[in-house]
Amino acid sequence: MSINPPLLVLDEITKRYRPEGAAVLDRLRLQLAAGEYLAIMGESGSGKSTLLNLIAGLDRPDSGRVLVEGVDLATLDDDAVTRWRRASIGFVFQAFHILPYLTVLQNVALPLDLLGVRDRERQQRVLQLLEACDIAALAPRYARDLSGGELQRIAIARALVHRPRLVLADEPTGNLDARTAQQILRLLREQLQMNAASAILITHSVAAARTADRILQLQAGQLHAVTAVAAAQSP
Amino acid sequence: MIRADRIQGAWIAWRALTRSQLREHPLQLLATIAAIALGVALGSAVYLVNGAALEEFDQATRRLVGAADIVIRGPPEGFDEALFVSLARQPAVSAASPLLELELTLPGAHPPLKLLALDPFRAAALQPVLMGEIGPDITRLFARDAIVLSRAAAQELGLRRGDALPIIVGAGPKSLQVIDVLSDSVYPEPLGIMDIASAQWSLERIGRLNRIDLRARPGTSVPALRSQIAAALPAGVVAVTPAIERGRALTATRAYRVNLNMLALVTLLTGAFLVFSTQSLAVLRRREALGLLRALGVTRSQLQCALLGEGAAIGAAGSVLGALLGAVVAALVLRYLGSDLGNRALAAMSAVLVVRPWPMAVFVLVGTGVACLGAWIPASEAARRAPALAMKAGDAEPALTRLPTASPGLALIAAGAVLAWLPPLGGLPVAGYLAIAALLAGAVLLIPTLMQWATGAARRSGRATLDTAVAQLQGSAAISTISLAAIIVSFSLMVAMAIMVHSFRSSFDLWLVKLLPADLQLRLSFGSDTGTLSVDQQSRIAGLPEVARAEFRRVRQIWLHGDREPVALIARALNPRHAADTLPLVRAARQDAPAGAQPAWISESLQDLYGYRPGDRLQLPLGARVQDLFVAGVWRDYVRPEGAIVMARADYIADTGDRSANEGAIWRRPHISSAALEAAVRASLNIGDALELIGGEQLRERSLVLFDRAFAITYALEGIAVAIGLIGVSVAASSSALARRAQFGMLRHIGMLRRQVLGMLAIEGVIMSTLSVIYGLLLGTALSLILVYVINRQSFNWSIDLAVPWPQLGVLSAILITASALTALWSGRAAMSQDALRAVREDW
Repeated sequence: MSINPPLLVLDEITKRYRPEGAAVLDRLRLQLAAGEYLAIMGESGSGKSTLLNLIAGLDRPDSGRVLVEGVDLATLDDDAVTRWRRASIGFVFQAFHILPYLTVLQNVALPLDLLGVRDRERQQRVLQLLEACDIAALAPRYARDLSGGELQRIAIARALVHRPRLVLADEPTGNLDARTAQQILRLLREQLQMNAASAILITHSVAAARTADRILQLQAGQLHAVTAVAAAQSP
Repeated sequence: MIRADRIQGAWIAWRALTRSQLREHPLQLLATIAAIALGVALGSAVYLVNGAALEEFDQATRRLVGAADIVIRGPPEGFDEALFVSLARQPAVSAASPLLELELTLPGAHPPLKLLALDPFRAAALQPVLMGEIGPDITRLFARDAIVLSRAAAQELGLRRGDALPIIVGAGPKSLQVIDVLSDSVYPEPLGIMDIASAQWSLERIGRLNRIDLRARPGTSVPALRSQIAAALPAGVVAVTPAIERGRALTATRAYRVNLNMLALVTLLTGAFLVFSTQSLAVLRRREALGLLRALGVTRSQLQCALLGEGAAIGAAGSVLGALLGAVVAALVLRYLGSDLGNRALAAMSAVLVVRPWPMAVFVLVGTGVACLGAWIPASEAARRAPALAMKAGDAEPALTRLPTASPGLALIAAGAVLAWLPPLGGLPVAGYLAIAALLAGAVLLIPTLMQWATGAARRSGRATLDTAVAQLQGSAAISTISLAAIIVSFSLMVAMAIMVHSFRSSFDLWLVKLLPADLQLRLSFGSDTGTLSVDQQSRIAGLPEVARAEFRRVRQIWLHGDREPVALIARALNPRHAADTLPLVRAARQDAPAGAQPAWISESLQDLYGYRPGDRLQLPLGARVQDLFVAGVWRDYVRPEGAIVMARADYIADTGDRSANEGAIWRRPHISSAALEAAVRASLNIGDALELIGGEQLRERSLVLFDRAFAITYALEGIAVAIGLIGVSVAASSSALARRAQFGMLRHIGMLRRQVLGMLAIEGVIMSTLSVIYGLLLGTALSLILVYVINRQSFNWSIDLAVPWPQLGVLSAILITASALTALWSGRAAMSQDALRAVREDW
C-alpha cells in the first residue's frame, strides 16, 4: 500500500455496453497513488481497455465516479476533459500510432505543441527525451522508415514529453518481440521514475506485468490483487 | 485449362473485392458510377439531339435535291434562263429542271419562307416525292399566284387551303393563294412550292432562274460533267453535287458540334479522373486485403485483371445508365427546347429522336474504356506491390511513390505547347484539343511536386492544428494528387471556358457597338430574298423631318465556290480612307487600292476559307461581269461564318446599277424620341411588320441575350464537370478521413479537442482547395489562350481579344474553396463519428 495521497480514485464504477447487458465493470474500485506503477491483467474482453478509457475521460461510467486528484471527471465537459488529458495524461498504444507524415521530432513534440510550449523549451524537452530514449539520431526521420521497437520508443517519448502525472499504456509490447519488449519496458520504467509519473499498464504479458509495482487482475468486472507468482500462473 | 484457371482466379478475386466495395462503400461507388453516367449521358444526348437535327436537314435536302446529279446555283436575283436551255441541250444531260429557290419576305414578324418554284412536268422526274404528293393534277400549280405549302409552313403561318399568303416583293405587298397543304411526310420543314412561270411573274423575276437541277445520262462521269459545266458557267454561278448540298448543314455546324462533343468528353474525362481517384483510394484502403489475396495464391495478372474488372464494371454500369439517361434527356430537349442547342444553324422544326444501337454501343464502350483507363494505374500499382509489403501496416503514401513524377509532366506540358502552334486538320483544331489534353495531363502529374514545394515553403506557426495540417499535406502529396486531379481538371477547364466566353462576349459587344452606331437599325425580314427598299422609299426615309441622317445597305449572297456556302456581299456607305472608323478592322493592306481597282474588305472567315490576304485581288461576279476588287483589309465578323465582303455602295451601284437596299441605319434629330422616329419611318413605307426596326442599343441587348443563350449549354456542361470534380473531392476526402480515423483517435487521446481535429481538416481542405484554385486559375488561363487563339480561331475562323472576368473567377474560386473546406469538414465529422476509442485499436 502506497503512503502517497491517491492520484486516481475509481469509486464504484459500473459500465455496460448495452443497457440490458451484463456489466463489463461492476462497482469497480481502485486507488492509484502518485508515482505508483500499476499493471492490470485480464482475459480478452474482460474490460481492460474500457477501464483505461474511463480513466482517461474518453468514456463515461454508467455509475460511480472517476476522481483524479480529487476532481470528478463527470463534472467536466468534453473540452475540459480533453484539456485535462492534454496536460495530465500520456498514452502508449499497442499499434504505436506515430503520425507517418511527421518527423520523429515533430511526433514527440505534438503534445507540447498542443500545450502551446514555445520553441526553445519545446526543442530542449524533446531532444532531452529523445536522448533519454536513445533515439536522438532518429529525430529528423519519418516514422514510415522505422522498426516497431523504434516506434514504441518514440511513443514513450511522446507520452512523457509534456511531463504528465499519469501514463496509460495499453499493451505497449503487444507488437514487439520478447527482447525488444523487455528493452521497452525497462525504458518505460526508467522514464516513469525520472519524470515522477504514475502509470497504468494494461497487458496480457506476465513479464511485462512484473515490471510494475503492483499487479491487479480484472475479472468479472472487478479488480483483484495478485502476486507476481499468481500472475505467472494465470492463463 | 491453365487459361481457365487464370480466369477463374481473377473472377474470384474480382467478386471478393467488388462485394466488399459494394458492402462497405456503396455511396462512393454510386458517386463514381453517376459521374461516368453523367459524362456518357451528356455525350450521347448532344449526339442524339444534333443527330436528329442533321437527320432532318438531310431528309429535307434529299427531298429538295431529289434525283439530281448536279445542281447549278446562282445568286438570289438569278441568272438568265437561257442557261437552262443550253445546259438541257448538253448530250450528257438526260433531264434538266429549272428552278427558283428563294426566301420569301413575309409581312409581320415571320421569318422568311423557303420557296421552291419549279416546272411541274420536269420536276416530276427529279423531285418525285415533292411532286407525287401534289397529285395527278399538277396543272393546279399553273393558276396565277398559286402556292402549295408544307404542313410545317401552314402551321407556322396559321394558313389553310384557300387562304391568301401575303408576301413582300420589291418594295410592296403582294398576295399568293394557298391551293393545297402537303402532308408531314413530304417535307418536314416550312416550304412553299410554286410553278416556275407563276413565280417569275409574281416575284418580278421574269426570265430569271437561280437554280437548275441536272441528271446525267447513265454511264456519264458525273464529276467530269460537273467540271465541264462549271468551266462554262457565268460568273457567280456554280455547279455543286447533291452530296455537297446535303453535307452543307453538316459542314457548317461541324465545328460547333465538335466543340459540344469535346465538352461532353471533358465531363467524361473528369469522370475518368474520379474513377482513378476512387480506385486508387480503394486500392490503398484494401492494400492488406490485396496482399492477402496475393499470399493466398492470386497471381499478379489475376489481381490486376480483377481490379481492372472493377473499373470496367463501374464504367459499364455508368455507361449503360448514361446512355439511357442521354436518350431520355435528348427526347426531353427535342420536345421542350428544340434541336439547336444554342446554334441557330441546327434549328430543325420537326427533328425526331432516332436511337440507333451501334452509336449508343460506342458511347457505352467509350465510357467503359475511359473508366478502365482510370483504373489502370491503381491496378498496376497494386499488382506490382509485394504481398508482404502490402500486408504490412503503415501509411499509404509509399504505395504511391511509383506514380509518374515531374519529368513526364514537364514533357507533356512541352508537347502541349508545341501542339498549340500546329495548323487545323481537316478544318478542325485537332492539335489544339491534343494540346489541351497534354497540358492537363502534364499539369496533373506536376501536382505532387508543386504540392510539396508549396507546403514545404510554409514555416512552423507553433499552432498544433495548423502545423499538423501542413505536415499532413507535405507528407501526402501523392495522395493529394489523386484527390485533386478531378477538381483541378474540371476547374481549370471551367476557368478556361469562362475566360474564353467572356473574351468572346466582350469582343462581340465591342463589335456590336462599332457596327451599330445609329439610333435605329432597319432591315427587311432578315435573310429574305424578295423584299427590297426602292430608291424612292430610301429617299422618303432620309427626307423625314425626324431623320438627321440615313445610310442604306444592300446585302446579298454571292457564290464564290460550289463546295462552300455563298458569302455575303455588303454594299454600304464607306470612306475607303477611313474604313477603320466604320468597320472593326483587324488588318489593313499596306498600300492603297491601285488605280481602277475597287477596294473591298473581307471578313476573317473569308480570309481563312478562301485564302485571300490584304493586298490580294478578289474576282467578284457583279452585275453582268467579274469585277476586280482590291482586298484593302480584313474585318471581324461574328455573324457570317461562311464569309462576308464589304464594298463601298457607290462602287456597287456603279458595277451593278442596283440602287435598292434591304438594310439601313438611321440617326434621329435632337429631341426626337426613338418611338417617334420609328413611327415616322414605318408610316412612310406602309409595308407593315416586314420592316424590322430596332434601336441600336436594343439590338445590342437582344444580341447579347442570344449570345448568352448560345453559351448556356456550354456553361451547363462545364458546371456539371465541376460538380463531378467536387464529387471527386468529396469521395477523396471521405476516403482519406476514414483511412485516418485512427490518427484522429490518437490525436483525441493526446488532448486535441474535437473542434481542433475538425479545424485541422478544414485547414487541410482550405489549403488544398486554395492551392487547387490557384493552380486551376493558372492552368485555366493557359488553356484559355489555346481556346481563344487556337481552337476558337481554327473552329470558327474569327478572332477574339483576351479578356479575363476577374469578378466571376473570384466568386467561382471562393465557392470552390468553401465547398472543398465544407466537404473536408463533413468528411471529417463523418470519420469522427466513428468511435475514436475504437479507432486507435485498429492496426493502420
